Amino acid sequence: MNTEKLIAVIHKIAAKIEEEKAFLTELDNVIGDGDHGINLARGFGEVEKKLDAMADKEPGDVLKTVGMTLVSTVGGASGPLYGTGFMKLGAALKGKADVTVPDFLAGLQLAIEGIMQRGRSTKGEKTMLDAMIPAKEAMEAKWNESQDAKAAFAAGVAAAWEGVEYTKTIAATKGRASYLGERSIGHQDPGATSFTMVLEIVANEV
Amino acid sequence: MVGFVIVSHSAKLAEGVADLARMMAKTVPIAPAGGLEDGSFGTSFEKISNAIDQVYSDDGVILLMDMGSAVMTAEMVIESMEGRKLVMADCPIAEGAVTGTVGAEAGMSLEEILEDLEQVGAQKKL
Repeated sequence: MNTEKLIAVIHKIAAKIEEEKAFLTELDNVIGDGDHGINLARGFGEVEKKLDAMADKEPGDVLKTVGMTLVSTVGGASGPLYGTGFMKLGAALKGKADVTVPDFLAGLQLAIEGIMQRGRSTKGEKTMLDAMIPAKEAMEAKWNESQDAKAAFAAGVAAAWEGVEYTKTIAATKGRASYLGERSIGHQDPGATSFTMVLEIVANEV
Repeated sequence: MVGFVIVSHSAKLAEGVADLARMMAKTVPIAPAGGLEDGSFGTSFEKISNAIDQVYSDDGVILLMDMGSAVMTAEMVIESMEGRKLVMADCPIAEGAVTGTVGAEAGMSLEEILEDLEQVGAQKKL
């Protein structure tokens, strides 16, 4: 994936978040502070304003700018978390004009580690990591087996949705939902849901 | 003198905590960084950065945060200001602000205040 394609994909992610803003916020209303969709949509709206000026940059720099913009404009936990994720992914892709599946997977691993560190969190705490980690593992397994990018991303999206379903079965121990404890069981995590939506957009474009 | 920044999702809470601290520590540099630019709930990278600039000196600045994005955003602001003496304190925000600013006014160093603040969370009220 080159910069031109990447910018088109980010526009599509922004459009998807805007479209799902109310749904994501509703999920967050139930177990959080009810700002996830609104916050992410505000952040990606600001990201879109910067994309036109980035056409001559390499993909890694575009992703770093996306991350920094999210950190400074989202206003909720998804800012530092998504922001750290995009910045780590961008840093991992430094110097690459065309991003391959293995490049992306290596970057995604660093993004996951960055988000774990930023949120002081791990798998099984009812967070975006419960979609991200299985998605990355499934993509890697499918890619190693088939070298087929489409199939690998499809496997990643399927695993991420399974991760979203899994978040319904566990109590939150991180984030605002942790204040609800056991009462958060039965509800899906908004961050895991939005991550899966983002990955789905990328998968459609691969 | 050590400065303080109060990071909260709520502008009112941040301002209130700063006011509360000023009751006992009138001369301490303390700046609230609560809510988003438009007044809604959230934590703002820019507001935190500006608040640090407002109270910064070579003695350093201690940041007190409420929860979640307040902690993570404060941490990212600190990372963006490499080389400055900035630390986050892990303690209840209102009690920490009073304990910390009183210490600062008495001339304690950032390290000494931070040590005190670590005990604040363990203190029982009843």
